[in-house]
Amino acid sequence: MSALTAPRRLWSRLRQVIDRRLFRIRPAEALPIRLPQRRIFILPTRAGLVFGLTLFAMLLASINYTLSLGFALTFLLAGLGIASIFHAFRTLLELEIKAGAAPPVHCGEPAIFGLNIGHHGKTPREAIYIRTAHATARVDLPPDSHATVTLSAPTTRRGWQPVGSVVIDTVFPLGLIRAWSVLTPDLKVLVYPALESRPPPPPAGTGLSGQAYTASGDDEFAGLRAHRPTDSPRQIAWKAVARSGTLVSKHFQGGAGGPQVFDWHQLPPALAEETRLQRLARWMVDAAQNDVRWTLILPGVQLGPDRGAQHRHQCLRSLALFNQPDHVPRA
Amino acid sequence: MSRALEPTLSAYPLRWAAACACATLLPHLPNLPIWLGALASLILIWRALSQINAPSPAPRFLSPLLAIAAGGLILFEYGTLFGKQAGIALLALLLGLKYLECQRPRDVQVLVLLCFFLQLGLFFDTQSPLIGIGALAGAVLATGSLLSLYTHHPVRSQLRTASVLMLQALPIMLVLFVLFPRIPGPLWGLPADAFSGRTGLSDSMQPGAISELSQSGEIAFRAQFRNAPPPPALRYWRGPVLTDFDGQRWTIRRTTTNDTPAYAITGAAYHYDMTLEAHNRRWLLALDYPAAGIADASYAADFTVLGREPVRQRIRYTAASYPHSQIGKNEAAASLDGALSLPRASNPRTRALAEQLRGRHQTPERIVAAAIAWLREADLAYTLRPPRLGIDTADAFLFDTRQGFCEHFASAFVVLMRAAGVPARVVTGYQGGEINPFDNSMVVRQSDAHAWAEVWLAGEGWRRVDPTAASAPRRIDGGLAAALPDDSALPLLVRPDLSWLRTLRDRWEFLGNAWNQWVLGFDQKTQRSLLRRLGLHTDDWRQMGAAMLIGIGSLLAALAWWAQRRAAPRDPLQRAWRRFEQKLARAGVPRLPWEGPADYANRAARHCPDHATAIRAIAHCYARLRYSADPTAIDSKALHSQIKRFSI
Repeated sequence: MSALTAPRRLWSRLRQVIDRRLFRIRPAEALPIRLPQRRIFILPTRAGLVFGLTLFAMLLASINYTLSLGFALTFLLAGLGIASIFHAFRTLLELEIKAGAAPPVHCGEPAIFGLNIGHHGKTPREAIYIRTAHATARVDLPPDSHATVTLSAPTTRRGWQPVGSVVIDTVFPLGLIRAWSVLTPDLKVLVYPALESRPPPPPAGTGLSGQAYTASGDDEFAGLRAHRPTDSPRQIAWKAVARSGTLVSKHFQGGAGGPQVFDWHQLPPALAEETRLQRLARWMVDAAQNDVRWTLILPGVQLGPDRGAQHRHQCLRSLALFNQPDHVPRA
Repeated sequence: MSRALEPTLSAYPLRWAAACACATLLPHLPNLPIWLGALASLILIWRALSQINAPSPAPRFLSPLLAIAAGGLILFEYGTLFGKQAGIALLALLLGLKYLECQRPRDVQVLVLLCFFLQLGLFFDTQSPLIGIGALAGAVLATGSLLSLYTHHPVRSQLRTASVLMLQALPIMLVLFVLFPRIPGPLWGLPADAFSGRTGLSDSMQPGAISELSQSGEIAFRAQFRNAPPPPALRYWRGPVLTDFDGQRWTIRRTTTNDTPAYAITGAAYHYDMTLEAHNRRWLLALDYPAAGIADASYAADFTVLGREPVRQRIRYTAASYPHSQIGKNEAAASLDGALSLPRASNPRTRALAEQLRGRHQTPERIVAAAIAWLREADLAYTLRPPRLGIDTADAFLFDTRQGFCEHFASAFVVLMRAAGVPARVVTGYQGGEINPFDNSMVVRQSDAHAWAEVWLAGEGWRRVDPTAASAPRRIDGGLAAALPDDSALPLLVRPDLSWLRTLRDRWEFLGNAWNQWVLGFDQKTQRSLLRRLGLHTDDWRQMGAAMLIGIGSLLAALAWWAQRRAAPRDPLQRAWRRFEQKLARAGVPRLPWEGPADYANRAARHCPDHATAIRAIAHCYARLRYSADPTAIDSKALHSQIKRFSI
């Protein structure tokens, strides 16, 4: 058995070395990335190879029939092919790749990776393709400009999903030569657990205060506090804002309702880990929708009680990364 | 690469491809069968029109059906699918069909490659500058078609990109054209029709052969004389000598060949450089009588100069001639016998005339003179359109029709001489030649094709007798136009009244000559002599390879420089700042991607407190230069020198 795996292991080692040395793929590079000359690779396309064969045939015909103009035409076309190498190369040279938006999604929804491609050159860069394993996008850049492309990828498991290898390539201008560069940008999407589709209602009484589950969020007004970016517009105390000129939010204190508690330990013991996470996620998303306060309790972690988008994200993030190694796995 | 392309074609690249295909097919139309030209044009027009709104693929069954039908017709028309003409017809057909089924980007690429082949095919027939320009235009359109697969710009900017590519390709072409080792062809057996359609003298002569040739204004050869050109009366250019006669046709008698012609040179010499057009025969034209020294040539016993191979492309050679020499003084008896033989019982009236002359005059020399006198008085007309002759050609010409072209005169005269017992033969070649005032070269055309006679006289050898001159003396001094009556069907440009047209032609042909010498005539020999003048040893392939590598390499370097320069514009401020960053990075404070100049400077200053002031000053100055509303007010030189001096 080891005889079988040894060559495979050797091959994967070799692949790693090749990837690192030849294609300069590193674990994940911080964005922005600028494409220097040594990161751009060039090879003829299939059409380019056929073009070369055609030229060879034309050369033979020119020799055979002693066609001086035939030589001239053949060499002109050869020159064209050579010049197009530099056009393809120039299209990618000194491109700047910056991170775009990569918002979190629930598992099962497509992850959207945003990449901002730009350059400062004086000539337009056209027909640039950005490919991942799952998606392809094209950008055409006018002189000294940038554009954002979005690349989607399916999500199958919670946790961090890196964008993986991104190939930037072009066959501009003639389709004979392909210039490309492989990057592994440090761009990742946080994949929340999927939402359980038909969950049982959340526990009616909470473990902490024994309050009934209310979806109305009718907490009592407890005063004003400084506005936080995560506050919903409904919370802003517009009258106070008009008076003071600074943004202030209304602060509510849990009254009769009290915070809801979503406790990992109170779920049925037979429930599988992923299903537990999906159920908790569903309850929390519903709670956030209803703008109530909640507390999330996971083994070793307690979040809240709190409300709002920030809290929702914190909790979903804990669910997403629950029992996962800290580092981002390689794609 | 197919991944990079759009899955289906839009109308835009198809329109480009149509323009490219049209530009390629158009010059071929005269040489293609009419039905094929019509079919290809129809396909192009139909699809181009149907694509104005939306591209619609042709019905699937159509193109295989058309391919089989048209392929069969081509086979029927040419008898083969291979060979030059059939091959071009086949390519033209493929081009039309490919356009019909153009649906994916790859189809356009194939179409463009077909266009390249067809453009090469044009050069089989003619390699004039005009055709060359046409091919260049075709190449630009082909480039535009390929470009249109990736970008959709207005035609003008698309053409501009294509032209930029072309301009970058041109120097590479030049280097390769001059330095790529020229291998003399052919590499393999050529199709039978490879060199068909070349005009020139033939190895046989029958009535009508030369008058047909005279209709062509094409150039046969050019001669550049080192000194003064010979007077018109000496401008006899020797071609094949025809000794054997079967009553209708004169043919060459095979003779032994030598490295030098067997005669003693006398009199003045004429040295000249010949540029002979391809005529697909072995003989090399030369002024009577050619001396030894023509490279790679041998000399037949009848003083025809023979090349080693048929002249399949325009060639140049240097020759010397001695028009006043006497040739064939000691002619072998066998060849004299051959020069006396006549088919039995032919031309009775000519034979009778010969008997008459022989009876009246004793010496052959007098017989010859009497015969010329007889011809002069016989009221023979010189015309390009002689009537048909019967079986006894000499009889019919001398006594019945009395109208003929030079081959009739020469043939009848030689028959008369042989009947009278004087060895005689027909010599074909060219007589005359015009000086092109633009480069002083003597241009000899197919319309100067001529036939004359040579008689052998004991003690003197072969003497040239031009029987045409007896009846039309102006043929020798004034050329064809002067000798013919006005109403005859002369080639347009030979007519004397169109002198302005001839000046224009002279000018054009002067350019054509330069083109021929330097572009078309650039073969292994020219390449070697040019490179030797540049100090390269052409026999050493390493030197040639190195020269080519250096040439191409420097062009590539120039292109790389061009690509770099366009990609990252030179911004001295940015470069100075980057240098500053590098210096700090070496000191252990690399700039973080999100840090602006001020934040970076603060952090760096904390890291190296000794240089805090300098660091902050530089960063402040940089920020002001970069972001202030009026950067010209700030001294940027100070910043540069500060950064230069800065060191940790």
